[in-house]
Amino acid sequence: MPFDPIERKSCISGVGQSDVGRRLYRDPLELTGDAALAAIADAGLTPADIDGIATYPGPMDQPPGFSGGGLVEVQDMLRLNLGWYSGGIEQASQLGPVINACLAVASGLATHVLCFRTVFEGSAQGEKGRSSVMPGGGGGVPRAAGFMQWNLPFAAPSAAIWIALFAQRHFDEFGTTPEQLGQIAVNARKNAALNPKAIYTDPMSLDDYLESRVISSPLRLYDCDVPCDGSTAMIVSHVDTAPDLRKPPVRVEAVATALRGRPSWDQFDDLTTMACRDAGEQLWDRTDLKPTDVQLAEMYDGFSFITMAWLEAMKFCGRGESGPFVEGGGNIARDGLLPLNTQGGQLSAGRLHGFGFLHEACTQLWHEGGDRQVPGEPEVGVACAGGGPLAGSFLLTRSR
Amino acid sequence: MSDTPFRILPKVNDRTRHFWEGGREGKLQFLRCPHDGTYVHPPTPFCPVCYRKDLAVEAVSGRGRVATFTVNHQPWMPGPELPYVVAIIEIDEDPTVRLTTNIVGCDPDDVKIGMPVKVTFEQHDDEVWLPLFEPATTREG
Repeated sequence: MPFDPIERKSCISGVGQSDVGRRLYRDPLELTGDAALAAIADAGLTPADIDGIATYPGPMDQPPGFSGGGLVEVQDMLRLNLGWYSGGIEQASQLGPVINACLAVASGLATHVLCFRTVFEGSAQGEKGRSSVMPGGGGGVPRAAGFMQWNLPFAAPSAAIWIALFAQRHFDEFGTTPEQLGQIAVNARKNAALNPKAIYTDPMSLDDYLESRVISSPLRLYDCDVPCDGSTAMIVSHVDTAPDLRKPPVRVEAVATALRGRPSWDQFDDLTTMACRDAGEQLWDRTDLKPTDVQLAEMYDGFSFITMAWLEAMKFCGRGESGPFVEGGGNIARDGLLPLNTQGGQLSAGRLHGFGFLHEACTQLWHEGGDRQVPGEPEVGVACAGGGPLAGSFLLTRSR
Repeated sequence: MSDTPFRILPKVNDRTRHFWEGGREGKLQFLRCPHDGTYVHPPTPFCPVCYRKDLAVEAVSGRGRVATFTVNHQPWMPGPELPYVVAIIEIDEDPTVRLTTNIVGCDPDDVKIGMPVKVTFEQHDDEVWLPLFEPATTREG
């Protein structure tokens, strides 16, 4: 490695999470405040120490519940004095703001950055469910513009369809099976049973999975994450502040943001993988650690196939080999070769949209996982977010 | 038109009109660079290879292959009768040019990756002809 990646001057000093529920019907700004104050306290800091904020995706009214608000509201609510801030949707995945925060503290523009992501999709959809928030489901009929004009007219409004297209190609090219893909959902449910904040905790067998209805082939109901309400926050700090912190921070060994293919769901050069391919490649160019050093993986599962793509992208298995890798579930179990989505993923623990994975990786590296703690005091973990043209990833280590 | 399902239509503008209106004359049309032959889709003002701007609208054969597909069973919104097939098509002239579209005119269970298809247009108003695809029984079919 010919350079010293600047993100190593950053660390994660605390994490926090609000109540999480299928439908909480609470003010999302309140949830955000709960998560933020919990994260600040976890780091051993006070709001007066926070001089940066970063968030995804910033204020958006549509789709309903997708954004719990932007950073301006949070800055003002907590009366923060900022040296740096950044929010928006055009980032290296939902975890893009946390990567930006690492670079901001490394550059000296800020010292302690509050990063947050708040959703209330569960409440926003209410009892009417998903179709109520789809175009044409509530009120007038808009015309599609931007990238949606290439999907919506063909009755393909959901990422379930866009991801199913990748999954089908993977099945066709590599012989991946429903029984293999199903292990992502079954594993998530097993782990969720040990997470007191998870949404779905009832036992689910592979047969239950295979009997669930098809949404968009080959994806079934249990391949799709569950909309929920909740806010997740973390504090990114400069490593030099470690002596001031409540506990040894989680070190940022490397981050990755690459997007080398076309930034598109359907024009990407390889239809068996996604932007994660590029972020995975870049991550391992920024560290001397190897995939075999990693002891736990928290990887995006907005749809289960995305996790399969990340397993390959992060080189935990070869290209096209994620099916055999997850087959039987042993490798990815909590006591397996690579414990995966130990909080239950978004599939069972709720669609906290990327931030939940980083929160869980830090929790595990602090050995604070409670009943779901990965055995053996893990010291190296990854957190990855994004599907399609979105990808961002973290390689994290426990302070020694 | 009575069999035409509800569709959310694209907002047609000067950059995309050739694509959405091509069906008026039964033509699947793309922007193409006269200098290096690059098809430009989605359309942009510049050739992404040589960065020149004098792109021309050109019709292709309307033939392609299924790069991947999904049989959708979920009623996301008003639309075609369930289940319906969403596919990504690679056009014969350049397989890096892809369209997300629907496969019509066959049983969803008969759609396969690699299957040859040909364009068929579904007219909605005076400016939108959606390019859908149906099986092409032979390469000439």
